[in-house]
Amino acid sequence: MNRDAVGTANLLKGLDYSVVQQCMHCGMCLPACPTYTATLRERSSPRGRIAMMRAIADDQLEVSRTFAEEMYFCLGCLACTTACPAGVDYTTLFESARAEIERRGVLDTPKRNAVRGLIVNWLFMSKKRLRRLGRMMRLYQVSGLQWLVRNAGLRYLMPKSLRDLEPLTPAVQKRSTAQLFQRELRQRNPENPKYRVGFLSGCIQDLSYSDVNADTIYVLQENGCEVVVPEKQECCGSLHAHNGEVESARALARINIDAFAPEELDAIVANAGGCGSHMRHYDHLLGGDPEYPERAKVWSDKVRDIHEFLVEIGFRAPQKNGRTRKVTYHESCHLNHGQKVSQAPRQVLQAIPGLELVELKEADWCCGSAGIYNITQPEMAMKLLDRKMNNIRATGAELVGSGNTGCNIQLKAGSHRCGVPIEVEHPVSLLATAYRAEREQ
Amino acid sequence: MDMNTEIITQFKSFLREDQVLTEKEDLSVYAYDGTAILHQLPGCVLMPENTEEVGRIMAVAHEHRIPVVTRGSGSGLSGGSVPSQDCVVLCLVRMNRIVEVDVKNLTLTAECGALTQQIADAAEGEGLFYPPDPGSIKISTIGGNVANNSGGLRGLKYGVTRDYVMALKVVMADGRLLETGTKCVKDVAGFALKDLFVGSEGSLGIITEMTLKLIPKPATKKTMLGLFDRMTDAAETISQIIQHKIIPCTLEFLDKVTIECVEGYAKIGLPLDCEAVTLMEVDGHPAQVEEQAAEIEKIALENGAREVRVAASAEEGLQLASARRTAFSALARMAPTVMLEDVTVPRSELAKMVSEIQAIGERHRVKVGTFGHMGDGNLHPTFLTNELEKEELGRVEEAMAEVFAYAIELGGTITGEHGVGLAKKAFLPGQLGEVGMGVMRQMKRSFDPHGILNPGKVFD
Repeated sequence: MNRDAVGTANLLKGLDYSVVQQCMHCGMCLPACPTYTATLRERSSPRGRIAMMRAIADDQLEVSRTFAEEMYFCLGCLACTTACPAGVDYTTLFESARAEIERRGVLDTPKRNAVRGLIVNWLFMSKKRLRRLGRMMRLYQVSGLQWLVRNAGLRYLMPKSLRDLEPLTPAVQKRSTAQLFQRELRQRNPENPKYRVGFLSGCIQDLSYSDVNADTIYVLQENGCEVVVPEKQECCGSLHAHNGEVESARALARINIDAFAPEELDAIVANAGGCGSHMRHYDHLLGGDPEYPERAKVWSDKVRDIHEFLVEIGFRAPQKNGRTRKVTYHESCHLNHGQKVSQAPRQVLQAIPGLELVELKEADWCCGSAGIYNITQPEMAMKLLDRKMNNIRATGAELVGSGNTGCNIQLKAGSHRCGVPIEVEHPVSLLATAYRAEREQ
Repeated sequence: MDMNTEIITQFKSFLREDQVLTEKEDLSVYAYDGTAILHQLPGCVLMPENTEEVGRIMAVAHEHRIPVVTRGSGSGLSGGSVPSQDCVVLCLVRMNRIVEVDVKNLTLTAECGALTQQIADAAEGEGLFYPPDPGSIKISTIGGNVANNSGGLRGLKYGVTRDYVMALKVVMADGRLLETGTKCVKDVAGFALKDLFVGSEGSLGIITEMTLKLIPKPATKKTMLGLFDRMTDAAETISQIIQHKIIPCTLEFLDKVTIECVEGYAKIGLPLDCEAVTLMEVDGHPAQVEEQAAEIEKIALENGAREVRVAASAEEGLQLASARRTAFSALARMAPTVMLEDVTVPRSELAKMVSEIQAIGERHRVKVGTFGHMGDGNLHPTFLTNELEKEELGRVEEAMAEVFAYAIELGGTITGEHGVGLAKKAFLPGQLGEVGMGVMRQMKRSFDPHGILNPGKVFD
């Protein structure tokens, strides 16, 4: 993205034309695209979306409401980037298109603006605010009110849009990652570490899966890493970048680079596919920044997904044999298509004694979570979730491993919705459990 | 959007809202197919869901003399499904059912919008085999394959789409339904009308359903990769294999430029320091496969191959073949505009054609990558250019014209599998001559008196 272009006529025009031209409309992306497969309508395909962007860049099409709606119908799953032999940079095209849509306010309504302003540009700009909200949500969940809503028919008092979303509310953990780190994990850091690793605790991940974060830190420490969890870190900014709020995304990237000081780390590790995928692009995002380009480059070079990093440093396989359980693996889109990390999580699962890995049909197919897509486009998201749950059911597995916050929340909701009795686990948590079991022996 | 609202209303009287697309955004994404440069907005796009709806659409179009351009996934490479001005685009992707797999008669019946891969999978599910496998197999529709008589990587041993078409349902220009052909292996009742529609590129009728021949699935196969330091050695190896009376199912080659691009995408360990790589696959009875593979390896090494690698498993073999199928798109990594041709020559003339393509490229100072189906003489010289550079584009067009002329001179054809469409229309008379063109025109008039079916394609 060309930062200078923000002030000019059109962000899609501001792009290097070769990015748009790279698509030679061969159509190889079509069968990989969930929205095309569902509608069989060309405009809902990657090729069609790029053709519209090119038409806009060529002044043959307006940045219209129809175009805007189409760009928000796109999951941003990036499956097309894996399918594309020509190497089209769809991530940049997609983010520029949404940014242009927001810049022009094509979809503006008072309600949408208020919600976006509040959530994207206020709430998710500060982990402090998120934690405060989290405490309120936890109160709702542990006070029995949630039980009443879910079981005593109170949900029917809610408007339908809220009622449909309620099952997706993740359970909020008692303690944040920072609290867990201070209390018990910091002292576990090895004295003579092999690597010094910065850990991104995330936003939603920190609220609802701080236990998975603790597991991740534990696993890193077990493998000779000193883990640093900077207190001043914020949300990675992927939510903002994917929703057309590029300036907010840049602000968050700068805060994180300052908080982590990547120059003093061997790696910056994320355990959520979506965060890692976005963090790898900080160099791109801050390429036109007056101060940060070099630091952003250092940052991007050091970002690793946790599974990828474990395999890279030759992680230790746990010894203890547990009960034999069948596990399957769902690929987070941004881990697989965004970061091209596909085998490493399977290697982690296979290294755990007692787990038998069975392949999931369409493992690389989006589950419908896609950031906040399940909130903005519930119908399509549920179609994808049902398809995913049917495939999971067919494996006969007891456990499904998945390495992304949004997917894990979505799959858990899916297991209730579709009546598929399956535990959703982050592979790293399974690894941590196996390491802990060794100690108990 | 300029299309007459009265006509649109007529279409909407028997189609749902979502089957009639008129928004500018929708029109702009049906303005192209897989061919470079060609671009034209249609008047509207219709998405019928059964043969009856196609019939009703054609009756309206016939009555009002509206041009109709039929399209599947739009992966064509000759501009055959690029719209003409104010036309109706008939997009048939929603007619995608596999009607039946008849294991007693070894046939498969499908609607035109079913993907070729779907057909191959459905056949395989019954232990059967549908051999034609165009490079775009994952996305091309079977209707598009039949309308273009598509080839693929297995043409050498198994032939092309035409060899598998047993019966067709065709909606004629005026909306009547023609059913031609049967499930019978032998059938000489009347003219072989179905054969006229195979490869007719949407200009004689709308094919909506087809019954295809299936064969038993070969018991086993073996995939090999030959590495060569000289292109001529690769070509000679191919000739020698054929002369030894071995018919592999696949004999492909990639030149250096293509190898780089494919490896850049697929990352399967193709050697980057070779001038040419051949992909060779034999299938059939295990004993025969072993014997032929050994013989091919020997021939390749005798003819200057640096090395012959044998795929360790079926998956590895599949990986190699899949990577080869991406060659065309992968070449887009090298240049913004990729123009893929498909000249084909008798196999004895292959070496001449390959070296002449290189010479023509050098003469006109244009970049050409070549790959293709060497085993059946079908080459894919691919011109790498930028459509925005008009001067260079002019040189590319001159070079292409020379490639076509030389292919004809060698007794070959300007198109082996992509069809004529718009892109090769100007060169067709050079190959067919006056009588050939005249007979085609007569035929066209009798099938489509008002000239509404894919007008301006194949010939004017």
